[in-house]
Amino acid sequence: METTVTKTLDLRGFSCPIPIVKTAQAMKTMASAEVLEVLATDPGSVPDFIAWSKSTGNELVERTEDGGVYRFVLRKR
Amino acid sequence: MPARVVVLGGGVGGTLAANLLDKELGRDVHVTVVDPTGMHVYQPGFLYLALGQAQGRWLARDERTLLRRNVELAVEAATRADLSAGTVALEHGGSIPFDHLVIATGARLVRDSVPGLIEGSFDFYSMDGALRLREALRTFRGGRIAVGIAGIPYKCPPAPVEFVFMVDELLRKRGLRERSEVTLLSPLNRAFTIESASKLVQPLMDERGIRLETFFNVESVDPSAGSVLSLEGEKFDYDLLVLVPPHRGQQVVEESRLGDAGGWVPTDRATLQAGGCENMFAIGDATNLPISKSGSTAHFEAPVVASRIASLIRGTAPKANYGGRVMCFLETGNRKATALRFDYEHPPTPPQPSVLWHSAKWMFNRLYWETVPQGRIPERAA
Repeated sequence: METTVTKTLDLRGFSCPIPIVKTAQAMKTMASAEVLEVLATDPGSVPDFIAWSKSTGNELVERTEDGGVYRFVLRKR
Repeated sequence: MPARVVVLGGGVGGTLAANLLDKELGRDVHVTVVDPTGMHVYQPGFLYLALGQAQGRWLARDERTLLRRNVELAVEAATRADLSAGTVALEHGGSIPFDHLVIATGARLVRDSVPGLIEGSFDFYSMDGALRLREALRTFRGGRIAVGIAGIPYKCPPAPVEFVFMVDELLRKRGLRERSEVTLLSPLNRAFTIESASKLVQPLMDERGIRLETFFNVESVDPSAGSVLSLEGEKFDYDLLVLVPPHRGQQVVEESRLGDAGGWVPTDRATLQAGGCENMFAIGDATNLPISKSGSTAHFEAPVVASRIASLIRGTAPKANYGGRVMCFLETGNRKATALRFDYEHPPTPPQPSVLWHSAKWMFNRLYWETVPQGRIPERAA
């Protein structure tokens, strides 16, 4: 499936649990199969996003790190 | 002419900053605290009030009695701060001029921003809220108690965890525990945001049969069905629902266009200077800093702000910086507690819950009025 990003959330500088909560809020407004890109700097967001994706069934399509910035790409289920 | 400092808000941070400035500069400064109620409220007490362990009158005092004699108190709502004119407008007309401004306005609860929350849930985030919850718990005869968070950021992050432990204890004492279920609805996949604290409290929750519902970010409440719904699409049925209401920055901050989208004042994490202005500072819940919104944070920030303003008035280079220091207790029920001490660089390593930390919290609850607002707790000891 195409992973064109529908929406980007810049959550750099925010600490846990803000990235997860903002992501849950943003996902709520999106349609199924739409793709959300999230940028975060909190290292704790890595295990949180993996677990959140598993728990909610929203697929974590991509996860990368570049110079302390974590990028998560999630596809709404 | 003395330098004019206006402090918006007579909570922990505002009161302490005002007193420290007056103490430090004496005749060289005139400090005015502007507070809409003129009452100083010890908010950590709401938890105890809701659970029937404290009296309401123990939690509030006249702000005047906590301020040094030379600090002026204006019991008025500030409606707007005008940085370029250097004035604060008051609700009933008139304005107060300032050379330096301290924003210590705290947070406000926006209960109406979550559908069904007002009709369907209780909270312990205001005096009235805590009294209503106390009454609901008094007449509770068993059933499902759910405790959740309806918005972030919120004050006192450990409070929902403390509440589940303390309500578990209360139900046991009243012989209602076997007829009840206690569930913490967590926004994350653990009991608490801070990993080390979560590892400590989760086994205790298991031991006491307190359930954990993970990734439950409250979206709305359906009071007629008795259920709470999450952004993740889950539904949880309750008999008694306790929700931390959503918070925003104060109206005066928003009206003055000094806040971000949530009404929080953009603040430098070290100097506590606000909005990039040399003569404006923010303390406590009012800031946008990614640390706990708590009295403790304000308590440690106020001396930094007072010291920096004193330097500016004297014309010397300001030196004091805030390192992100926070210290708070976390009640784990059965008269035990642990403590979370951390800063920007060091996450907390909470000790095993003990009677000692619970006693320390109670001692703090009692000593607060005679120590914290006056700056009598030496910074290193607190």
